Formats: sequence, C-alpha cells, structure tokens
Amino acid sequence: MLRLEKRPQPSRLWTALTPILAVLATMVAGGLLFAALGKNPVEAIRVIFFDPLFNDQVASFARPQILVKAGPLILIAIGLSMGFRAGIWNIGAEGQYIMGAIFGAAVGLALYPMDHALIFPLMVVAGALGGWLWAMIPAILKIAFRTNEILVSLLLVYVAEQILASAALDLLRNPDGGGFPGSRDLSEWDTASNLELIAGSGMHWGVVTAFIAVIAAYVMLSRHILGVHLRLAGQAPRAARFAGVRPGMVVFLCFTVSGVLAGLAGLFEVTGPAGQISIDFNVGYGFTAIIVAFLGRLNPIGILLAGLLMALTYIGGELAQFMLGLPAAAIQAFQGMLLFFLLALDMLSNYRFRLVTREAV
Amino acid sequence: MSPELLIDALIIAATPILLAAIGELVTEKSGVLNLGVEGMMIVGAICGFAVAIESGSPALGFAGAALGGAALSLIFGVLTQYLLSNQVATGLALTLFGLGFSAMIGQGYVGVVPPATPKLDFGPLTDIPFVGPVLFNHDLMVYVGIAIVAGVWATLRYTRAGMILRAVGENHDAAHALGYKVIRIRLLAIAFGGACAGLGGAYLSLVRVPQWTEGMTAGAGWIALALVVFASWKPWRIVIGAWLFGGITVLQLNLQVAGVKVPVELLSMSPYLITILVLVLISSDRRRASLSAPAELGRVFHAAG
Repeated sequence: MLRLEKRPQPSRLWTALTPILAVLATMVAGGLLFAALGKNPVEAIRVIFFDPLFNDQVASFARPQILVKAGPLILIAIGLSMGFRAGIWNIGAEGQYIMGAIFGAAVGLALYPMDHALIFPLMVVAGALGGWLWAMIPAILKIAFRTNEILVSLLLVYVAEQILASAALDLLRNPDGGGFPGSRDLSEWDTASNLELIAGSGMHWGVVTAFIAVIAAYVMLSRHILGVHLRLAGQAPRAARFAGVRPGMVVFLCFTVSGVLAGLAGLFEVTGPAGQISIDFNVGYGFTAIIVAFLGRLNPIGILLAGLLMALTYIGGELAQFMLGLPAAAIQAFQGMLLFFLLALDMLSNYRFRLVTREAV
Repeated sequence: MSPELLIDALIIAATPILLAAIGELVTEKSGVLNLGVEGMMIVGAICGFAVAIESGSPALGFAGAALGGAALSLIFGVLTQYLLSNQVATGLALTLFGLGFSAMIGQGYVGVVPPATPKLDFGPLTDIPFVGPVLFNHDLMVYVGIAIVAGVWATLRYTRAGMILRAVGENHDAAHALGYKVIRIRLLAIAFGGACAGLGGAYLSLVRVPQWTEGMTAGAGWIALALVVFASWKPWRIVIGAWLFGGITVLQLNLQVAGVKVPVELLSMSPYLITILVLVLISSDRRRASLSAPAELGRVFHAAG
C-alpha cells in the first residue's frame, strides 16, 4: 500500500522541479481548455509561449513588452513573498499599487508644468509613501486589534478602486482634457516621465528597481538575521518569540516592504507604460503577483524567473487574442490553473510516498 | 420610497451574501478555511445564468449554479484534503481561477436578459398591508436562504451529524481516533459551501442585477467571509449580518439616486469600509473572537500511522 509520509525537510530537488512540472501540466490542461474553445491547442500554446520570443514578425515588439510587464509583477511579488514566508497574507497589493500611482501622480501634477530634476525623485517617494500608507491600515489593525489582515487588505482594494475613479473623474482630471476622464499624460511630460532607458529594450526605472529589489531581497534572506526571523515567525511562531522576534514587528515590516514596493510599481506604471491616472488604470498586477510569488517559491531568484514567465503569458495571451481570437479571460483562467498545479505538486516536496505492507490490526 | 419597497430591496441585496456566508460557515465549522468564496460565487453566477438562458428555467439555473459552485469547491477540496496544500493559497487560487474561468465562459452571455425568476404566489396573504409585501412577496430563493440557515442551525445543534462536523472542526485528531472519516466529512462540508456560494452568485446574476458582467460579484464573496467572522460562527447571526449589510447597500444606493451632496465614490465604498469597521470591532473583543472560531480552522490534517 502506498502511504504518504511527511519529509523531515522539504526536498530541495522537488522544490526546484515542481514549478517546471506545474508549467508543463498547465500547458497540457490549458491546451485541453483551448481545444474545448475550438482552437488548435498546439498552435495556441505555441503562440502564447514561443511566438513572443522567437517569431520574427512580432518578437521585436513583444520582447521589450515582456520586461515592461515583468517589472511590476516582480516588484510586487518580492514584497509579498516576505510576508508569505512569515505567514502574513497581504493580498491587497492591487490597492497599494493604485494608491502609489495616485499619490505619485498627485505630487507630480501639483507641480505641473515646473521643470526640476528633483520632481521625478519626489514623485517616486510619494508613490512609495502612498503604497505604504495603504498597507499600514491592515497592518495596524492586525497589530492593535488582531483583525484578519487577509480580509482587510483585500476589501481595501475595492475602496482604492473607488478612490481611483474619483481621482480620474474629478480630483486629478486633466483641466485641458476637454472634459474627458483621466489625468494629464505624465509620460508626455519630460520632467515626470518614466520612459525606456535604452530605446527598444523595455527597460524603464521600474524594471531597474525590480532588479535591485531582487538582489536586495536575496542578500537579506540569505545573509541577514532578518531573513531567518521571517521564516521562523512563519514556521514556528512560539520559537520565534523565544528568539526575541516580536510578532507585531514582523507584521509591520512585511506590510511595509510589500506596501512600498507595490506603491513604487504603481508609480512607475503611471509615469511610464500607462501614462495617466484613468478609471481602468489597474489591470490586476497585484493579484497576478501572488501567483508569481508562489511560482517563484518565495525565493527572489525564482520570483525573477516566474515574473518573466508570467509576463510572457500576458504578452502571449494578447497575441493569441489577436491571432487566434482566444478570449482575453482565457489567459487569466490559464494563470489561475498554473497556481492550482503548483500547489498540487507541492506535495511532492513536502511529503514522500512510501510502500508499506499492510500491518495486521 | 415606501418602507415596504426599501425592505424588499434590502432582502434582495442581502440574499446573495447570506447564501454564500451560511455555506462558508459550514465549511469553517469543519475546520477548513476556504478563501475561494468569491471565485465560487462568480462561477455560480455564470453557470446559473447560462443554464437559465439555455433551458429557459430559472429553477434549473439555480440548480446548475449550485452544481458549478460545488464542482469548483471540490478542486479546493482535493488540493487541500488529499494533496495537503496550504488552504490560504489554494483559496486564493480558486478565486483567481474562478474570475478568469467565468469571464471566459460568460463571453457569449453579455447583454442577454435572463428569464425572470417569479415571485412565490401566497394568494391573499400578499395583500395584507405592510406584512404582505414584506413577508409574502419574494421569490423562492429568499425563503430557501432562510430555510438553509434554519437547517444548518438545527443540524449543528440537535443532530449527531452536526456534532460530528463540529468535532472534526474542533479537534481532527480526536475525531479521527474515534473513527470518523475526517477527510470525507470535510469534503462534504466544502462541497456544501461551494453549492451555497454558487446559489448566492446566481441570485446576483438572475435576480438582483439581473444580467451577466465580468467580475460582477465585486467583492461579495469577501464580504461573505467577513460575515462569518461577524456572526461568530453562529447561523442566525448570519441573517442579522446579511440584512444589516443589505440595509447599508440599499441606503447608499438610494442616497446616490437622491443626489445627496456626498461623492458617489464615497457612497460606493461605504459597504467595504463598514465591513472593515465591523471586523475590527469583532476582533478587538479578544475573548469572543478566540472562543468562537473552530479550533482547527485552516490547519492541515494528515493522519499519522
């Protein structure tokens, strides 16, 4: 009889292998899904995963777009992974991303049309502050009243979306926009724009910041006592307390990091690829980043790769929409499916199968 | 607006989250935290909508919604109970997948008008002033929702099955040692939660709105989760909480229509803000919060030996 047995320690081999297996399994299941929609599954998978990189006609346009999409995903996922390690669930990054964009854009627009080298850095600080403040609501409520941070951070996304609507329609609306909703186009205002640093690369300040965050997180987790404390707080809260880790401090830190990084992601998006505050500014990066964090095994390097892969499915999804008429939502279901397979296969790294002969009862 | 109409609107606004919350309450009583309520609701919304359109029968639509919600919840069940995955992460995956999947199958149903769900015929009872419109002028699902709450309450309180469910939620190792099939019981509780969430979603798409739009649940599933905490895992308090919430929703919608000098966005965000406020009030009472939650909520069960 096969029996499931908990491993004393998660298998490192399986921890590394499961994301790859999960991607392969998702390709198969996704192919079936696409076949059910009446599309050629092999072609659909090819368009999503290979064409953005290797198809001569589209690659020159698609490759830089991968970095543009991966930047915010990686930035947000790095922040979230800190909390997930410690068992603190900030799932409202989407709201923090929106607030970062609004704060940053508001500071910039208040100074329009001044020209000063410090305006953009000031907007970056404001963006980080906006994300941080929004993240502090669930953090402080959890520390002071033990309120469930999952529900509060998520509900605040809907509140942030209303504030976004208000900003786009009223508070930050472009006074020269002829009454149309949406703010001024920040990407067309040199002082505040976050354009490609190297033409045709897709690399903007947000992508650079994402790479820096990956390195900083890697160093912190592997070389600093804080990384140990975070993991300890998640796996053995009592032991962590004996080691002098204050639970409130862990909550504060995790929400600070994830809030600031999500806010930055929002700011870099609104000044660059999005260009302006509009009602549909947020496209779900804050939620997809949850998948990225898990797919990357909460490990900074893993998140970097997972973010690039997830960005690829975004671009590939758009391409498949255009070339094969695949519905836009199919790719969202596809991404959700990936998380299912990952969680299912995770069992292989935490447990092992043992063949046992049935004992006499 | 007359008080009868307001109460009617309140009940219609309350029913979706009432259904979803009572299902989640049963799931959580068995010790399982399923954060995928939003995903199960939206899949129920589209399944119910599609079945009702294709068959022309709202009743079949609701049945289809319950099946769809339960089917989705069983993905969660298999992952968390057999493959021992983290319940928080799996619940989130369920919501993300549900939102995408429902948008995908809902493509052809945007802008279609579903068959109307008839109100139950109570004959002359409906004509009683005030009492008639308030008590005897609703569709079947309103009464089904209340009946489910009553049934859950009675089952948990008076029956052996209810006691076993609670035992599994309070101490799964002890329940296992007594010979109860912990995993099987939890799967049933999860499927019940999924079916109820599906019904709640279909009530949105078939009665409350009634139309299909992507992401139309707009956080109702999360509010249902908060409602379970608000109710301290007691069935009747779900009804009170859902009606309170329905009241707030109707009030803010009426204020918007009346053109009160408050920004529309502020009114639209008020249900979420008030939910957060209530969560804070409930959780700040340390004794109550820790006593009423099922002891094994969210813990993985793996039978040793």
